[in-house]
Amino acid sequence: MRTSCKRPLLLTFFCLGLLLLLVAGGCSTAKNSAKKEIILATTTSTQDSGLLDVLIPAFEKKYGYKVKVIAVGSGQAIAMGAKGRADVLLTHAPAAEKKELVDKGLVKDYRQVMYNDFLLVGPPEDPAGVRGEKVLTALKKIAAGHFLFLSRGDDSGTHKKELELWQKAGIKPGGAWYQETGTGMGQTLDIALEKKGYTLTDRATFLTFVRNRKEKMIVVAEKDPELLNYYHVAAVNPDKFPAVNYRGAKAFVDFLTGEEGQKMIAAFGQKEFGQSLFIPAAK
Amino acid sequence: MAEILNGILLALEKIFSLDRELLNVSLLTCKVSGAATLISVVLGLPLGFVLSLTDFPGKRFVISTVNMGMGLPPVVVGLVVSLFLWRDGPLGFLELIYTPAAMILAQAIIATPLVAAFTLAALQQVRERYSLQIAALGATPWQEFWLLVREARRGILAAIIAGFGAVVSEVGASMMVGGNIKGETRVLTTAIVMEVSRGRFADAIALSLVLLFLLFAAVFLLTWLQQGGEREL
Repeated sequence: MRTSCKRPLLLTFFCLGLLLLLVAGGCSTAKNSAKKEIILATTTSTQDSGLLDVLIPAFEKKYGYKVKVIAVGSGQAIAMGAKGRADVLLTHAPAAEKKELVDKGLVKDYRQVMYNDFLLVGPPEDPAGVRGEKVLTALKKIAAGHFLFLSRGDDSGTHKKELELWQKAGIKPGGAWYQETGTGMGQTLDIALEKKGYTLTDRATFLTFVRNRKEKMIVVAEKDPELLNYYHVAAVNPDKFPAVNYRGAKAFVDFLTGEEGQKMIAAFGQKEFGQSLFIPAAK
Repeated sequence: MAEILNGILLALEKIFSLDRELLNVSLLTCKVSGAATLISVVLGLPLGFVLSLTDFPGKRFVISTVNMGMGLPPVVVGLVVSLFLWRDGPLGFLELIYTPAAMILAQAIIATPLVAAFTLAALQQVRERYSLQIAALGATPWQEFWLLVREARRGILAAIIAGFGAVVSEVGASMMVGGNIKGETRVLTTAIVMEVSRGRFADAIALSLVLLFLLFAAVFLLTWLQQGGEREL
Protein backbone atom coordinates (compact mmCIF):
# COMPACT_ATOMS: atom_id res chain seq x y z
CA MET A 1 0.00 0.00 0.00
CA ARG A 2 2.83 2.31 0.70
CA THR A 3 4.18 2.11 -2.86
CA SER A 4 0.80 2.81 -4.42
CA CYS A 5 0.47 5.94 -2.37
CA LYS A 6 3.83 7.34 -3.36
CA ARG A 7 3.07 6.89 -7.01
CA PRO A 8 1.50 10.29 -7.66
CA LEU A 9 4.64 12.01 -6.44
CA LEU A 10 6.88 9.73 -8.45
CA LEU A 11 4.77 10.25 -11.56
CA THR A 12 5.05 14.00 -11.13
CA PHE A 13 8.82 13.77 -10.90
CA PHE A 14 8.86 11.60 -13.99
CA CYS A 15 6.87 14.16 -16.02
CA LEU A 16 9.08 16.99 -14.84
CA GLY A 17 12.20 14.96 -15.63
CA LEU A 18 11.02 14.43 -19.19
CA LEU A 19 10.57 18.18 -19.52
CA LEU A 20 14.09 18.84 -18.32
CA LEU A 21 15.48 16.52 -20.94
CA LEU A 22 13.56 18.41 -23.59
CA VAL A 23 14.96 21.70 -22.37
CA ALA A 24 18.50 20.38 -22.13
CA GLY A 25 18.21 19.38 -25.78
CA GLY A 26 16.97 22.83 -26.71
CA CYS A 27 19.71 24.62 -24.81
CA SER A 28 22.58 22.66 -26.26
CA THR A 29 21.55 23.53 -29.81
CA ALA A 30 21.33 27.19 -28.83
CA LYS A 31 24.89 27.17 -27.42
CA ASN A 32 26.48 26.12 -30.70
CA SER A 33 25.42 29.27 -32.47
CA ALA A 34 26.62 31.59 -29.68
CA LYS A 35 29.39 33.19 -31.72
CA LYS A 36 27.05 34.10 -34.53
CA GLU A 37 24.67 36.08 -32.40
CA ILE A 38 24.21 39.79 -31.96
CA ILE A 39 22.07 41.62 -29.44
CA LEU A 40 20.16 44.56 -30.88
CA ALA A 41 18.83 47.05 -28.36
CA THR A 42 16.17 49.15 -30.00
CA THR A 43 13.03 51.17 -29.43
CA THR A 44 9.60 49.66 -29.11
CA SER A 45 8.43 51.59 -32.18
CA THR A 46 10.60 49.54 -34.56
CA GLN A 47 9.20 46.31 -33.13
CA ASP A 48 5.60 47.40 -32.58
CA SER A 49 5.33 48.77 -36.11
CA GLY A 50 6.51 45.44 -37.54
CA LEU A 51 9.54 46.95 -39.33
CA LEU A 52 11.97 44.59 -37.64
CA ASP A 53 9.88 41.58 -38.67
CA VAL A 54 10.85 42.48 -42.23
CA LEU A 55 14.44 43.66 -41.75
CA ILE A 56 15.77 41.07 -39.31
CA PRO A 57 15.00 37.90 -41.31
CA ALA A 58 16.54 39.47 -44.44
CA PHE A 59 19.68 40.42 -42.50
CA GLU A 60 19.95 37.03 -40.84
CA LYS A 61 19.63 35.28 -44.17
CA LYS A 62 22.23 37.45 -45.89
CA TYR A 63 24.90 37.53 -43.18
CA GLY A 64 24.19 34.35 -41.20
CA TYR A 65 23.95 36.11 -37.84
CA LYS A 66 21.14 35.50 -35.40
CA VAL A 67 19.75 38.77 -34.06
CA LYS A 68 18.39 38.96 -30.55
CA VAL A 69 16.06 41.91 -30.49
CA ILE A 70 15.58 43.61 -27.14
CA ALA A 71 12.83 46.18 -27.67
CA VAL A 72 12.83 48.80 -24.93
CA GLY A 73 12.58 52.58 -24.74
CA SER A 74 15.37 54.60 -26.38
CA GLY A 75 16.60 55.65 -22.95
CA GLN A 76 17.07 52.06 -21.84
CA ALA A 77 18.54 51.05 -25.20
CA ILE A 78 21.12 53.83 -24.92
CA ALA A 79 21.91 52.75 -21.35
CA MET A 80 22.38 49.16 -22.56
CA GLY A 81 24.83 50.42 -25.17
CA ALA A 82 26.66 52.57 -22.62
CA LYS A 83 27.26 49.50 -20.47
CA GLY A 84 28.15 47.16 -23.30
CA ARG A 85 25.09 45.02 -22.72
CA ALA A 86 24.20 45.05 -26.41
CA ASP A 87 26.20 44.83 -29.65
CA VAL A 88 24.27 47.24 -31.81
CA LEU A 89 21.72 50.00 -31.17
CA LEU A 90 18.87 51.40 -33.23
CA THR A 91 17.37 54.37 -31.43
CA HIS A 92 15.70 57.71 -32.00
CA ALA A 93 16.92 60.22 -29.46
CA PRO A 94 19.73 62.03 -31.32
CA ALA A 95 20.56 64.52 -28.58
CA ALA A 96 20.92 61.84 -25.91
CA GLU A 97 22.76 59.48 -28.30
CA LYS A 98 25.34 62.18 -28.98
CA LYS A 99 25.79 63.17 -25.37
CA GLU A 100 25.79 59.74 -23.78
CA LEU A 101 27.36 57.54 -26.46
CA VAL A 102 29.12 59.30 -29.32
CA ASP A 103 30.90 61.99 -27.28
CA LYS A 104 32.10 59.39 -24.77
CA GLY A 105 33.45 57.13 -27.50
CA LEU A 106 31.24 54.25 -26.40
CA VAL A 107 29.97 53.51 -29.91
CA LYS A 108 31.45 53.29 -33.39
CA ASP A 109 29.91 53.64 -36.84
CA TYR A 110 27.19 56.01 -35.65
CA ARG A 111 25.02 56.41 -38.74
CA GLN A 112 21.66 57.96 -39.54
CA VAL A 113 19.27 55.36 -40.98
CA MET A 114 15.83 56.85 -41.49
CA TYR A 115 13.24 59.16 -40.09
CA ASN A 116 9.58 59.15 -39.47
CA ASP A 117 7.53 61.85 -37.92
CA PHE A 118 5.76 62.33 -34.67
CA LEU A 119 2.09 63.19 -34.56
CA LEU A 120 0.12 65.03 -31.95
CA VAL A 121 -3.08 63.01 -31.68
CA GLY A 122 -6.26 63.38 -29.67
CA PRO A 123 -9.95 62.55 -29.38
CA PRO A 124 -12.20 63.28 -32.39
CA GLU A 125 -14.13 65.86 -30.37
CA ASP A 126 -10.89 67.87 -30.10
CA PRO A 127 -11.92 69.63 -26.87
CA ALA A 128 -8.93 71.98 -27.00
CA GLY A 129 -9.80 73.03 -30.57
CA VAL A 130 -6.23 72.64 -31.78
CA ARG A 131 -6.67 70.62 -34.97
CA GLY A 132 -4.45 71.91 -37.75
CA GLU A 133 -2.36 74.12 -35.48
CA LYS A 134 1.43 74.10 -35.39
CA VAL A 135 2.52 71.67 -32.74
CA LEU A 136 3.93 74.24 -30.32
CA THR A 137 0.77 76.37 -30.51
CA ALA A 138 -1.34 73.26 -29.96
CA LEU A 139 0.65 72.28 -26.88
CA LYS A 140 0.33 75.79 -25.46
CA LYS A 141 -3.44 75.68 -25.88
CA ILE A 142 -3.69 72.21 -24.31
CA ALA A 143 -1.66 73.37 -21.33
CA ALA A 144 -3.53 76.66 -20.98
CA GLY A 145 -6.92 74.92 -20.97
CA HIS A 146 -5.70 72.04 -18.81
CA PHE A 147 -6.90 69.44 -21.30
CA LEU A 148 -5.75 65.90 -20.53
CA PHE A 149 -2.36 65.04 -21.98
CA LEU A 150 -0.82 61.58 -21.69
CA SER A 151 2.96 61.46 -21.53
CA ARG A 152 4.97 58.27 -22.02
CA GLY A 153 7.05 59.24 -19.00
CA ASP A 154 9.45 56.36 -19.66
CA ASP A 155 12.57 58.14 -20.90
CA SER A 156 11.94 56.77 -24.40
CA GLY A 157 12.80 58.66 -27.57
CA THR A 158 9.21 59.78 -27.88
CA HIS A 159 9.19 60.97 -24.28
CA LYS A 160 12.43 62.89 -24.78
CA LYS A 161 10.97 64.50 -27.90
CA GLU A 162 7.84 65.45 -26.01
CA LEU A 163 9.84 67.10 -23.22
CA GLU A 164 11.87 68.95 -25.83
CA LEU A 165 8.66 70.27 -27.42
CA TRP A 166 7.26 71.45 -24.07
CA GLN A 167 10.52 73.23 -23.43
CA LYS A 168 10.38 74.93 -26.82
CA ALA A 169 6.78 75.93 -26.08
CA GLY A 170 8.00 77.47 -22.84
CA ILE A 171 5.82 75.29 -20.66
CA LYS A 172 6.65 73.18 -17.62
CA PRO A 173 3.94 70.53 -17.81
CA GLY A 174 2.49 69.28 -14.55
CA GLY A 175 -0.73 68.98 -12.62
CA ALA A 176 -3.75 66.78 -12.91
CA TRP A 177 -4.13 67.34 -16.68
CA TYR A 178 -0.63 65.97 -17.38
CA GLN A 179 -0.39 62.24 -16.71
CA GLU A 180 2.59 59.94 -17.19
CA THR A 181 1.73 56.39 -18.28
CA GLY A 182 5.19 54.86 -17.90
CA THR A 183 4.43 52.35 -20.66
CA GLY A 184 5.10 51.78 -24.35
CA MET A 185 3.59 53.73 -27.22
CA GLY A 186 0.80 51.29 -28.05
CA GLN A 187 -0.37 51.15 -24.48
CA THR A 188 -0.15 54.91 -24.05
CA LEU A 189 -2.37 55.29 -27.13
CA ASP A 190 -4.82 52.87 -25.54
CA ILE A 191 -4.93 54.99 -22.42
CA ALA A 192 -5.29 58.22 -24.42
CA LEU A 193 -8.16 56.67 -26.37
CA GLU A 194 -9.99 55.48 -23.26
CA LYS A 195 -9.47 58.69 -21.32
CA LYS A 196 -10.00 61.00 -24.32
CA GLY A 197 -6.67 62.72 -23.94
CA TYR A 198 -3.98 64.06 -26.25
CA THR A 199 -0.63 62.40 -26.72
CA LEU A 200 2.49 62.49 -28.86
CA THR A 201 3.12 59.37 -30.95
CA ASP A 202 5.30 58.21 -33.81
CA ARG A 203 3.46 57.76 -37.10
CA ALA A 204 4.26 54.07 -37.50
CA THR A 205 2.78 53.03 -34.18
CA PHE A 206 -0.23 55.30 -34.66
CA LEU A 207 -1.13 53.90 -38.09
CA THR A 208 -0.82 50.35 -36.80
CA PHE A 209 -2.86 51.28 -33.75
CA VAL A 210 -5.69 52.88 -35.72
CA ARG A 211 -5.86 49.90 -38.05
CA ASN A 212 -5.90 47.34 -35.26
CA ARG A 213 -8.24 49.17 -32.94
CA LYS A 214 -10.58 50.37 -35.68
CA GLU A 215 -11.41 53.27 -33.41
CA LYS A 216 -11.18 56.93 -33.93
CA MET A 217 -8.40 59.11 -32.76
CA ILE A 218 -7.49 62.10 -34.86
CA VAL A 219 -4.20 63.64 -35.89
CA VAL A 220 -4.09 67.13 -34.47
CA ALA A 221 -0.68 68.27 -35.70
CA GLU A 222 1.65 66.69 -38.26
CA LYS A 223 4.24 67.46 -40.96
CA ASP A 224 5.78 70.13 -38.78
CA PRO A 225 9.61 70.30 -38.95
CA GLU A 226 9.54 70.23 -35.16
CA LEU A 227 8.06 66.75 -35.35
CA LEU A 228 10.71 64.90 -37.34
CA ASN A 229 12.05 61.79 -35.66
CA TYR A 230 15.51 60.59 -36.68
CA TYR A 231 16.71 57.02 -36.16
CA HIS A 232 20.39 56.22 -35.82
CA VAL A 233 22.20 52.92 -35.74
CA ALA A 234 25.50 52.41 -33.91
CA ALA A 235 27.84 49.55 -33.09
CA VAL A 236 28.95 49.38 -29.49
CA ASN A 237 32.70 50.05 -29.28
CA PRO A 238 34.61 46.76 -28.83
CA ASP A 239 37.67 48.66 -27.49
CA LYS A 240 35.59 49.63 -24.46
CA PHE A 241 33.71 46.35 -24.14
CA PRO A 242 35.68 43.30 -25.32
CA ALA A 243 32.63 41.03 -25.15
CA VAL A 244 30.93 42.93 -27.96
CA ASN A 245 30.45 41.12 -31.25
CA TYR A 246 31.71 43.99 -33.37
CA ARG A 247 31.80 42.14 -36.69
CA GLY A 248 28.15 41.24 -36.36
CA ALA A 249 27.25 44.75 -35.24
CA LYS A 250 29.14 46.33 -38.14
CA ALA A 251 27.39 44.00 -40.57
CA PHE A 252 24.05 45.18 -39.19
CA VAL A 253 25.04 48.85 -39.54
CA ASP A 254 26.12 48.21 -43.13
CA PHE A 255 22.93 46.36 -43.89
CA LEU A 256 20.61 49.09 -42.58
CA THR A 257 22.47 51.93 -44.25
CA GLY A 258 23.16 49.96 -47.44
CA GLU A 259 21.06 49.85 -50.57
CA GLU A 260 19.12 46.73 -49.70
CA GLY A 261 18.17 47.81 -46.19
CA GLN A 262 17.19 51.29 -47.34
CA LYS A 263 14.97 49.87 -50.07
CA MET A 264 13.24 47.59 -47.62
CA ILE A 265 12.64 50.50 -45.24
CA ALA A 266 11.11 52.58 -48.05
CA ALA A 267 8.84 49.73 -49.11
CA PHE A 268 7.67 48.93 -45.60
CA GLY A 269 4.08 49.99 -45.06
CA GLN A 270 3.28 50.74 -48.72
CA LYS A 271 1.12 47.70 -49.11
CA GLU A 272 -0.74 47.95 -45.83
CA PHE A 273 -1.10 51.69 -45.34
CA GLY A 274 -0.42 53.14 -48.80
CA GLN A 275 2.44 55.17 -47.34
CA SER A 276 5.94 54.55 -46.08
CA LEU A 277 6.09 54.41 -42.31
CA PHE A 278 9.78 55.25 -42.27
CA ILE A 279 11.64 57.38 -44.81
CA PRO A 280 15.12 56.03 -45.60
CA ALA A 281 17.77 58.68 -44.99
CA ALA A 282 21.14 56.97 -44.65
CA LYS A 283 23.97 59.39 -43.93
CA MET B 1 -18.12 43.91 -26.75
CA ALA B 2 -17.78 43.18 -30.47
CA GLU B 3 -14.03 43.43 -30.07
CA ILE B 4 -14.00 40.85 -27.31
CA LEU B 5 -16.16 38.42 -29.32
CA ASN B 6 -14.14 38.95 -32.47
CA GLY B 7 -10.98 38.48 -30.46
CA ILE B 8 -12.17 35.19 -29.04
CA LEU B 9 -13.30 33.93 -32.46
CA LEU B 10 -9.96 34.86 -34.05
CA ALA B 11 -8.22 33.32 -31.09
CA LEU B 12 -10.04 30.01 -31.51
CA GLU B 13 -9.26 30.04 -35.21
CA LYS B 14 -5.57 30.50 -34.44
CA ILE B 15 -5.59 27.78 -31.83
CA PHE B 16 -7.37 25.21 -33.98
CA SER B 17 -5.34 25.94 -37.09
CA LEU B 18 -2.25 25.27 -34.93
CA ASP B 19 -0.72 28.64 -35.73
CA ARG B 20 3.03 28.04 -35.87
CA GLU B 21 4.06 31.07 -33.86
CA LEU B 22 1.48 30.29 -31.21
CA LEU B 23 2.69 26.70 -31.05
CA ASN B 24 6.34 27.73 -30.66
CA VAL B 25 5.55 30.18 -27.90
CA SER B 26 3.38 27.66 -26.04
CA LEU B 27 5.98 24.93 -26.32
CA LEU B 28 8.73 27.18 -25.02
CA THR B 29 6.52 28.23 -22.12
CA CYS B 30 6.07 24.57 -21.16
CA LYS B 31 9.78 23.89 -21.39
CA VAL B 32 10.95 26.93 -19.45
CA SER B 33 8.35 26.82 -16.69
CA GLY B 34 8.48 23.03 -16.50
CA ALA B 35 12.24 23.04 -16.05
CA ALA B 36 12.05 25.85 -13.51
CA THR B 37 9.42 23.93 -11.56
CA LEU B 38 11.56 20.81 -11.63
CA ILE B 39 14.57 22.69 -10.28
CA SER B 40 12.42 24.28 -7.60
CA VAL B 41 11.17 20.82 -6.62
CA VAL B 42 14.67 19.39 -6.49
CA LEU B 43 15.80 22.25 -4.24
CA GLY B 44 12.59 23.15 -2.45
CA LEU B 45 11.41 19.71 -1.35
CA PRO B 46 14.60 18.76 0.52
CA LEU B 47 14.68 22.23 2.04
CA GLY B 48 11.11 21.79 3.21
CA PHE B 49 11.93 18.31 4.56
CA VAL B 50 14.94 19.51 6.51
CA LEU B 51 13.18 22.55 7.93
CA SER B 52 10.13 20.61 9.07
CA LEU B 53 11.75 17.44 10.39
CA THR B 54 14.86 18.72 12.13
CA ASP B 55 15.45 21.22 14.86
CA PHE B 56 18.41 23.55 14.95
CA PRO B 57 19.23 26.99 16.35
CA GLY B 58 18.02 29.83 14.14
CA LYS B 59 15.36 27.64 12.57
CA ARG B 60 12.65 30.28 13.03
CA PHE B 61 14.75 32.81 11.20
CA VAL B 62 15.33 30.45 8.25
CA ILE B 63 11.63 29.60 8.10
CA SER B 64 10.73 33.30 8.13
CA THR B 65 13.13 33.86 5.28
CA VAL B 66 11.60 31.03 3.24
CA ASN B 67 8.10 32.31 3.95
CA MET B 68 9.12 35.77 2.86
CA GLY B 69 10.48 34.20 -0.31
CA MET B 70 6.93 33.14 -1.17
CA GLY B 71 6.14 36.77 -1.84
CA LEU B 72 9.33 37.46 -3.75
CA PRO B 73 8.39 40.02 -6.44
CA PRO B 74 9.26 38.58 -9.87
CA VAL B 75 10.49 41.93 -11.19
CA VAL B 76 12.98 42.18 -8.34
CA VAL B 77 14.20 38.66 -9.10
CA GLY B 78 14.42 39.66 -12.76
CA LEU B 79 16.46 42.73 -11.96
CA VAL B 80 18.89 40.90 -9.68
CA VAL B 81 19.37 38.03 -12.13
CA SER B 82 19.90 40.55 -14.94
CA LEU B 83 22.50 42.46 -12.94
CA PHE B 84 24.40 39.23 -12.44
CA LEU B 85 24.09 37.98 -16.01
CA TRP B 86 24.63 41.16 -18.02
CA ARG B 87 27.99 41.24 -19.76
CA ASP B 88 29.35 43.68 -17.20
CA GLY B 89 27.95 41.62 -14.32
CA PRO B 90 29.84 39.05 -12.22
CA LEU B 91 28.44 36.11 -14.20
CA GLY B 92 28.43 37.88 -17.56
CA PHE B 93 31.08 35.54 -18.96
CA LEU B 94 28.54 32.71 -18.95
CA GLU B 95 26.67 34.50 -21.76
CA LEU B 96 23.35 33.46 -20.32
CA ILE B 97 21.41 36.72 -20.47
CA TYR B 98 18.54 36.67 -22.99
CA THR B 99 18.49 32.88 -23.18
CA PRO B 100 15.89 30.36 -21.99
CA ALA B 101 18.44 29.24 -19.38
CA ALA B 102 18.36 32.70 -17.78
CA MET B 103 14.57 32.54 -17.65
CA ILE B 104 14.67 29.09 -16.06
CA LEU B 105 17.09 30.41 -13.46
CA ALA B 106 14.92 33.41 -12.58
CA GLN B 107 11.75 31.34 -12.47
CA ALA B 108 13.40 28.67 -10.31
CA ILE B 109 14.37 31.39 -7.83
CA ILE B 110 10.74 32.50 -7.73
CA ALA B 111 9.30 28.99 -7.33
CA THR B 112 11.76 27.39 -4.89
CA PRO B 113 10.62 29.29 -1.76
CA LEU B 114 7.01 28.52 -2.68
CA VAL B 115 7.68 24.79 -2.96
CA ALA B 116 9.78 24.78 0.20
CA ALA B 117 7.26 26.74 2.26
CA PHE B 118 4.24 24.65 1.20
CA THR B 119 6.16 21.42 1.81
CA LEU B 120 7.28 22.69 5.18
CA ALA B 121 3.74 23.59 6.21
CA ALA B 122 2.32 20.26 5.06
CA LEU B 123 4.97 18.18 6.82
CA GLN B 124 4.87 20.17 10.03
CA GLN B 125 1.17 19.54 10.28
CA VAL B 126 1.42 15.76 9.87
CA ARG B 127 4.46 15.60 12.09
CA GLU B 128 2.57 17.22 14.96
CA ARG B 129 -0.28 14.82 14.44
CA TYR B 130 1.53 11.51 13.97
CA SER B 131 5.10 11.62 15.26
CA LEU B 132 4.24 10.22 18.69
CA GLN B 133 2.27 7.35 17.17
CA ILE B 134 5.01 6.57 14.69
CA ALA B 135 7.63 6.58 17.40
CA ALA B 136 5.42 4.36 19.55
CA LEU B 137 5.26 1.83 16.71
CA GLY B 138 9.04 1.64 16.80
CA ALA B 139 9.77 3.03 13.35
CA THR B 140 13.34 3.73 12.29
CA PRO B 141 14.06 7.36 11.33
CA TRP B 142 13.85 6.46 7.62
CA GLN B 143 10.55 4.71 8.09
CA GLU B 144 9.28 7.69 10.00
CA PHE B 145 10.41 10.00 7.22
CA TRP B 146 8.61 8.03 4.51
CA LEU B 147 5.48 7.73 6.59
CA LEU B 148 5.35 11.47 7.15
CA VAL B 149 6.04 12.26 3.50
CA ARG B 150 3.31 9.83 2.53
CA GLU B 151 0.86 11.50 4.85
CA ALA B 152 1.82 14.94 3.58
CA ARG B 153 1.76 14.05 -0.12
CA ARG B 154 -1.29 16.16 -0.90
CA GLY B 155 0.34 19.19 0.59
CA ILE B 156 3.52 18.43 -1.33
CA LEU B 157 1.65 18.19 -4.62
CA ALA B 158 -0.05 21.48 -3.75
CA ALA B 159 3.45 22.91 -3.35
CA ILE B 160 4.36 21.81 -6.87
CA ILE B 161 1.11 23.20 -8.27
CA ALA B 162 1.78 26.53 -6.57
CA GLY B 163 5.32 26.64 -7.93
CA PHE B 164 4.29 25.90 -11.50
CA GLY B 165 1.35 28.27 -11.34
CA ALA B 166 3.55 31.09 -10.12
CA VAL B 167 6.20 30.78 -12.81
CA VAL B 168 4.00 30.05 -15.80
CA SER B 169 1.97 33.20 -15.18
CA GLU B 170 4.90 35.41 -14.23
CA VAL B 171 5.92 38.12 -16.69
CA GLY B 172 8.24 40.64 -15.02
CA ALA B 173 11.30 38.46 -14.61
CA SER B 174 10.85 36.62 -17.92
CA MET B 175 10.65 39.91 -19.80
CA MET B 176 13.74 41.29 -18.12
CA VAL B 177 16.10 38.34 -18.31
CA GLY B 178 14.67 36.80 -21.49
CA GLY B 179 14.06 39.93 -23.52
CA ASN B 180 10.98 38.52 -25.33
CA ILE B 181 13.08 37.44 -28.31
CA LYS B 182 11.06 35.93 -31.11
CA GLY B 183 11.52 32.19 -31.42
CA GLU B 184 13.92 32.06 -28.50
CA THR B 185 12.72 33.60 -25.27
CA ARG B 186 9.21 34.68 -26.18
CA VAL B 187 6.84 32.90 -23.80
CA LEU B 188 3.07 33.27 -23.46
CA THR B 189 3.10 36.03 -20.86
CA THR B 190 5.73 38.22 -22.53
CA ALA B 191 4.03 37.71 -25.90
CA ILE B 192 0.73 38.87 -24.38
CA VAL B 193 2.33 42.07 -23.13
CA MET B 194 3.85 42.69 -26.55
CA GLU B 195 0.68 42.01 -28.54
CA VAL B 196 -1.28 44.35 -26.29
CA SER B 197 1.29 47.08 -26.84
CA ARG B 198 1.02 46.46 -30.58
CA GLY B 199 -2.73 46.75 -30.37
CA ARG B 200 -3.25 43.21 -31.66
CA PHE B 201 -5.85 42.19 -29.15
CA ALA B 202 -7.03 39.04 -30.93
CA ASP B 203 -3.52 37.62 -30.75
CA ALA B 204 -3.32 38.61 -27.11
CA ILE B 205 -6.60 36.87 -26.39
CA ALA B 206 -5.46 33.72 -28.22
CA LEU B 207 -2.27 33.63 -26.17
CA SER B 208 -4.23 34.21 -22.98
CA LEU B 209 -6.59 31.33 -23.75
CA VAL B 210 -3.67 29.00 -24.36
CA LEU B 211 -2.04 30.14 -21.12
CA LEU B 212 -5.21 29.51 -19.14
CA PHE B 213 -5.64 26.13 -20.79
CA LEU B 214 -2.05 25.18 -20.04
CA LEU B 215 -2.41 26.21 -16.43
CA PHE B 216 -5.64 24.28 -16.16
CA ALA B 217 -4.16 21.16 -17.79
CA ALA B 218 -1.13 21.14 -15.51
CA VAL B 219 -3.14 21.79 -12.38
CA PHE B 220 -5.73 19.23 -13.44
CA LEU B 221 -3.06 16.58 -13.91
CA LEU B 222 -1.50 17.29 -10.54
CA THR B 223 -4.87 17.46 -8.80
CA TRP B 224 -5.86 14.17 -10.37
CA LEU B 225 -2.69 12.61 -9.00
CA GLN B 226 -3.30 14.25 -5.65
CA GLN B 227 -6.89 13.12 -5.25
CA GLY B 228 -6.29 9.71 -6.87
CA GLY B 229 -3.67 8.99 -4.27
CA GLU B 230 -6.18 9.65 -1.57
CA ARG B 231 -8.79 7.23 -2.89
CA GLU B 232 -6.33 4.36 -2.76
CA LEU B 233 -6.07 4.68 1.00
